[in-house]
Amino acid sequence: MRPFSYERASDVQRAVIGGRETRQGQTDAPVQFLAGGTTLIDLMKLDVLRPARVVDIKGLKAAHASIEATPQRLRLGALASMAATARHPGVLRDYPVIAESLQLAASAQLRNMATLGGNVLQRTRCPYYRDTSWAECNKRDPGSGCTALKSFNRNHAVLGVDDSCISQYPGDFAVALVALDAAVELTGPTGRRMIAFETLHRPPQGKPNVETTLMPGEVITAFEVPAGPWTRRSLYLKIRDRSSYEFALSSAAVALDLNGGAVRQARIGLGGMAYRPWRAKEAEALLVGRPLNEGNAMAAATAALAGARTHGGNDFKPELGRRTLVRALLQAAAMEA
Amino acid sequence: MADDTGLIGKPAVRIDGVAKVTGEARYASDEPVPNPAFAFLVTSPIASGRVRSIDQTAARAVPGVLDILTHENVAGEITPPKAPDQGKTTTTLESDKVWHDGQIVAVVVAETFEGAREAAHRINIAYDVQPPAASFDSPGAQEEPRKLGPEKKDPVKGDFATAFAAAPVKIDARYATPTQHHNPIELFTTTCVWDGPKLTVYEPTQTMYGLKAGVAKQLGLDPANVRTVSRYVGGAFGSKGMLTSRTAWIAIAARRLKRPVKLVATRDQGFTIATYRAETRHHLQLGATPDGRLTALRHEGWEVTSRPSGYNVGGTDTTARMYACPNVATKVNIVHADRNTPGFMRAPPDTPYMFALESAMDELSYALNLDPIELRRINDTQTDPIDGKPFSSRSLMKCFDQAAARFGWAKRNPKPGSMRDGDWLIGYGCATACYPSNIGPAAARLSLTPRGKAVIQLAAHEIGTGAYTTIAITVADRLGLKLEDVKVVLGDSDLPPVPVAGGSNNAASTAHVAAKACEEIRAKLAAAAVAANDTPFAGLDPATLKVTAAGLVGPGGKREPLDKAMARVSGGPLEVHVENAPEGLKPGALAGLYQGQADMVRGTARKDVTAFAFGAQLVEVRVHARTCEVRAPRVVSAFAAGTIVNPLTAYSQFMGGATWGLSSALHEATEVDPRTARYVNDNLADYLVPVNADVGSLEVIMVPEEDNRVNPMGIKGIGEIGIVGMNAAVANAVYHATGRRIRELPIRIEKLL
Repeated sequence: MRPFSYERASDVQRAVIGGRETRQGQTDAPVQFLAGGTTLIDLMKLDVLRPARVVDIKGLKAAHASIEATPQRLRLGALASMAATARHPGVLRDYPVIAESLQLAASAQLRNMATLGGNVLQRTRCPYYRDTSWAECNKRDPGSGCTALKSFNRNHAVLGVDDSCISQYPGDFAVALVALDAAVELTGPTGRRMIAFETLHRPPQGKPNVETTLMPGEVITAFEVPAGPWTRRSLYLKIRDRSSYEFALSSAAVALDLNGGAVRQARIGLGGMAYRPWRAKEAEALLVGRPLNEGNAMAAATAALAGARTHGGNDFKPELGRRTLVRALLQAAAMEA
Repeated sequence: MADDTGLIGKPAVRIDGVAKVTGEARYASDEPVPNPAFAFLVTSPIASGRVRSIDQTAARAVPGVLDILTHENVAGEITPPKAPDQGKTTTTLESDKVWHDGQIVAVVVAETFEGAREAAHRINIAYDVQPPAASFDSPGAQEEPRKLGPEKKDPVKGDFATAFAAAPVKIDARYATPTQHHNPIELFTTTCVWDGPKLTVYEPTQTMYGLKAGVAKQLGLDPANVRTVSRYVGGAFGSKGMLTSRTAWIAIAARRLKRPVKLVATRDQGFTIATYRAETRHHLQLGATPDGRLTALRHEGWEVTSRPSGYNVGGTDTTARMYACPNVATKVNIVHADRNTPGFMRAPPDTPYMFALESAMDELSYALNLDPIELRRINDTQTDPIDGKPFSSRSLMKCFDQAAARFGWAKRNPKPGSMRDGDWLIGYGCATACYPSNIGPAAARLSLTPRGKAVIQLAAHEIGTGAYTTIAITVADRLGLKLEDVKVVLGDSDLPPVPVAGGSNNAASTAHVAAKACEEIRAKLAAAAVAANDTPFAGLDPATLKVTAAGLVGPGGKREPLDKAMARVSGGPLEVHVENAPEGLKPGALAGLYQGQADMVRGTARKDVTAFAFGAQLVEVRVHARTCEVRAPRVVSAFAAGTIVNPLTAYSQFMGGATWGLSSALHEATEVDPRTARYVNDNLADYLVPVNADVGSLEVIMVPEEDNRVNPMGIKGIGEIGIVGMNAAVANAVYHATGRRIRELPIRIEKLL
């Protein structure tokens, strides 16, 4: 850990001014925002993040932590804690996939501390990123190479990767958001804008150090999830080596609108599989108008993982991903919604 | 001499429990020292090569940096420590050579922990890198048979080859276990304080005298000038059972600065600066008659070690003795790689080797169409099959029968894949657990006041097992006192020595010396009483008198207040200093105890009997039919381990062992990168251990067992046996659930897809 200066932003304008040099989420950006601190502080202690200045935005809680569920949409303040969101009655009733994605993440202690905005920007758990004694990491040190390509890579991504980086996006909540066509509200130097959540995280494209499409100084202030006939019949299935307190080996966020036995609309997000929060639109399209049976679920899952690229240790992942999605789809179809 | 007087065998809460949960208990790094400086280790990111150059410029510029130790300025100042088997091991700052990933290459000392850490991150070290050998099958790894000696023998009996060739039913299979690290929650800390020529080392340890002797030797000091203090240890499991290289460097740092220096190594450094359980491979061959009698057993093992060390655990000593089999062959090989030297980890030989044997026994039960418990019954024996000695006691089938009844084993449909609950496949598996019963020499100082308060002092180790309490129970029991009237002082090398807290000898060794000290006090008071005229005991046989809180008590209820009886032999408190040398101990072992050696009477190497504790472990697993995650909702274990001094803490030990066994079977593995020979998942997020949600019902049955041959008090060790059968029991249950035989641990989703 390196010495750094610390300042508190009491409102979003001050945060934006303080955050002018946050760049686009790069590891070496000289300024980092601090909310729950559950990733930032760890990575600073590990000497991975070395900000000269940390801008604490917990003061934004007063204005940006409310949760509002209306017939049209769900609006989540970015400073709301994971725990508060997971137990919100409106979220539990109408968006079970969101509640479950949060309940199954991290530990109770972490969910109490961590904010939604910080959670979606959680950095990868790639061990070669998190330990500076591994010299090659394009995300941490652009151009240095990717250790994971040739070393132990059991839980590395198989979708959306390239040869510059196969690290996995570790979060759960973002997988639910991407499935449900969420939008993210950003407040920055030029004011407020809404973007599709799907576009928040960049593909690696040879530059995995640039992680987001955030403009310098921008703070996530809210998420908006449009209501739809599918949100009640939704769930998050997370497969992992132990029962709790672990990142996904594979997960699926599924939301269905059924018309009798047939699928009217489907929303599918995949976790534990991809470089960034992953939407499986090919799989959704295959399901529309068809009954949700084993065969159609498997066809959708096959389409979802069709582009998978594996690197030895994670050769099992496409199969696990397919099975996870089939299980999630059949389980969602059987829900009373 | 089983429990007849009271407290031994009755559940007692830990006498140090309140201190532990209120933070009053001082772990080594909690000991207050004046004005300490703080050390941070710099470790190598390569596994083989040499340090080419060290650029300290940026590190030295960090405010508060006081000193930086490297091979350039401290080489030659110490003698390298020994490996756990007393042989050669890897070294650190003695030279520029890098033996393994994460080797200590520099020690930064600063005014603050944060300053030392920052400076450590700013040191730039260039290396000449050699391609390393990571493990088995790596280019450059060197295999050789282990060296044999008095305590390392390959058990052999009869003619295996002929018997196996002729056997009507055979199993021939290979098994593997992964690298594992103990990861005690208390990190590896060292605090060194000099006072002139005298050095005090505060370090969590399982070997107060071993650490003292080792550090003295490394630094060329008179052992009388070295004191080690470790009053509480926050988890050890073998990892704190030997000297590591860090201790001497912190002592040298403190000497150079003329100031106390404190090190708290980080979690990831703990993976490489201490020891671990090396990965193993096994080849098992079993031959049997159609009715299930074993006729041939061969077990060959392979274990990884460091380049210079011959350390091995060699669990064939256990597996060869498990079942009645007339023809046995064994062999153990070691494979040298560019790794740190492995060491003791809970049931070091038994855990990996019994996985192989008990998996093979399960495979044999299916080949014979026999219930796996019945197969073990057919091959049960009261005689050590290798050398024909009787087992001091062996209640294995009692354990199986009681565990099976509690578990509901009778409901098991033997056909694999036949039991199901919705989408979950259900499997029942079982395995034998065992651990040799060891006892060592020990010394203690005991004093008793005329008001009936006792203080016992010995350099024993509280590694979480409940040692303070078992020792207090023994003294209270023997002196007829209440538990709260006994004070126990442990964890200081200025106190009389006991052996390393390893090999599950702790309870037996300390209880016997405590009981002997009590007997000496009783005998002194009794001898004086029967010789005096002013007592009701004049002329009686002194053996008929007992000490109690109420005083000296004799036949027919005659009694004399304690203060009166004691006034006859001492002016105030009566203090005795005793040594206990168990029968069968090697000559010189007691003297060696004071030099930090740990010769014990081992259950596998006695002249009169073979002494083991036995147990049975039954597990239910559930495997999801589609996504294949494995959960273990139910475990029933039964153990027969002689006299149980404190059933409450014993239950915890058994339960902890079984929990770790689940972890070992399903979760734990240190990932060794084959290309770089580096540990990848060196943190508690990526090195998986079970969380509460992974451990469902965990029942322990303590099967009563009286054993007057194992030692006078009938105590067998219980600290390690709880893990031993679990690996195989889980794997066997997974087979029963799925029909998939997993022979390589841990059992993870990808092996079942």
